[in-house]
Amino acid sequence: MAQELNRLKETPSQTAGPYVHIGLTPNFLGLDGIYPVDLGREMVNDKTRGERIDVVVRVFDGTGTVLKDVLVEIWQADADGLYNSPNEPRGKADPNFTGWGRMASDMENGECVFHTIKPGRVPFNDGRMQAPHISMWIAARGINLALQTRMYFADEDAANRVDPVLTRLEHQNRVPTLIAPREGNTYKFDIHLQGEKETVFFDI
Amino acid sequence: MKNSLPEVRGFFQRDRSWHPPAFAPGYRSTVVRSPQRAPISFPNTLSEVTGPVFGHALLGELDNDLTLNYAKPGESAIGPRIVVYGRVLDENGRPVPNSLVEFWQANAGGRYRHKKDTYLAPLDPNFGGCGRTVTDEEGRYWFRTVQPGAYPWPNGVNDWRPAHIHFSIFGPGFVQRLITQMYFEGDPMIWKCPIVRTIPDERAIERLIAKLDMEATQPFDARAYKFDIVLRGSNSTLFENRKEGN
Repeated sequence: MAQELNRLKETPSQTAGPYVHIGLTPNFLGLDGIYPVDLGREMVNDKTRGERIDVVVRVFDGTGTVLKDVLVEIWQADADGLYNSPNEPRGKADPNFTGWGRMASDMENGECVFHTIKPGRVPFNDGRMQAPHISMWIAARGINLALQTRMYFADEDAANRVDPVLTRLEHQNRVPTLIAPREGNTYKFDIHLQGEKETVFFDI
Repeated sequence: MKNSLPEVRGFFQRDRSWHPPAFAPGYRSTVVRSPQRAPISFPNTLSEVTGPVFGHALLGELDNDLTLNYAKPGESAIGPRIVVYGRVLDENGRPVPNSLVEFWQANAGGRYRHKKDTYLAPLDPNFGGCGRTVTDEEGRYWFRTVQPGAYPWPNGVNDWRPAHIHFSIFGPGFVQRLITQMYFEGDPMIWKCPIVRTIPDERAIERLIAKLDMEATQPFDARAYKFDIVLRGSNSTLFENRKEGN
């Protein structure tokens, strides 16, 4: 027998279930008085640098029905491309921008609306610049391991065309599933769990 | 030449055969909610290894006491009083300090305080069902609650969830994000549950079962269950000296 590596295995995932709001967005549910506010609702304040945008996320199941019980978290760089995180080695990010948002989908129309700013560019590991993007994490009933994807911006075509992640996709016809169109200051990002328009999900 | 590992960063690849598969038809909600195409991988970038941090200042005094945080003054939630405690570690066995741990659950009768839950077991006026805490420098957390009840759910004609507590955990990197559920040692309902059984490996299921710990019991107050959580580990040397951990 060889020596043991003595590493631990990650705790296995289980679905967030239909009652995820109780734990993660209780005020949204009307469960008031436990926490002052739901975490992740306010990403910006009056002093945040950068272009104000709204990101509207919807998630669709394999029948084309919008999910009304989904929870979406987003993580993004500030306007200069810096993350508000202790693991950010390049400098201090805008202290008036959290970079992290959490929204439950509206129980009528399924929309998760994030009031945020457009992120700057962040380098890939080989030094090439990535196109501006927002990391997304999706949890819901019927999703056993939360899904990871990214949203890119349709008005960043030049950057998208040389993005190190987008260009490595074998099936280039799936790239549009990661790109949100812009209308005014709003980007609408529809995530499809299955079907012809199935969004690219990442194992990263 | 430096006698050290090259500077690399990134988390260990997730063992997707250890986690439940996306498509697990015994749990019927997965059928139309499971991606069918292979996920795409690329090396972790700063977008994956960074993540939000929540300080201890976030916490209210009763955030980790579900018996009191929704109760009227002088009252408390009904049910068997328990303490749940443990550590958040990474796959290298290192503690994960400053990790936000959030939890939610049904009341002692198996009823959630949620507009979508119509189970005939009554609500407890003194029980909301959520709490949170942040791990200390050794990765430790604890909270007080009541043991939740089992309850029926619409899947098969007679499926019941074992008593469980939902957990959401943050690591320093956004791709360490994890949601899971904790079960209770000795509960025969665990092995009958279609959601538990989405996990293929029995050893993985056992990792979700908290053990009764009489030594940690608070005498004449609450029994204790121990539940350790392991997040993805990192082979980075980049963050080795950062006290926030990996």
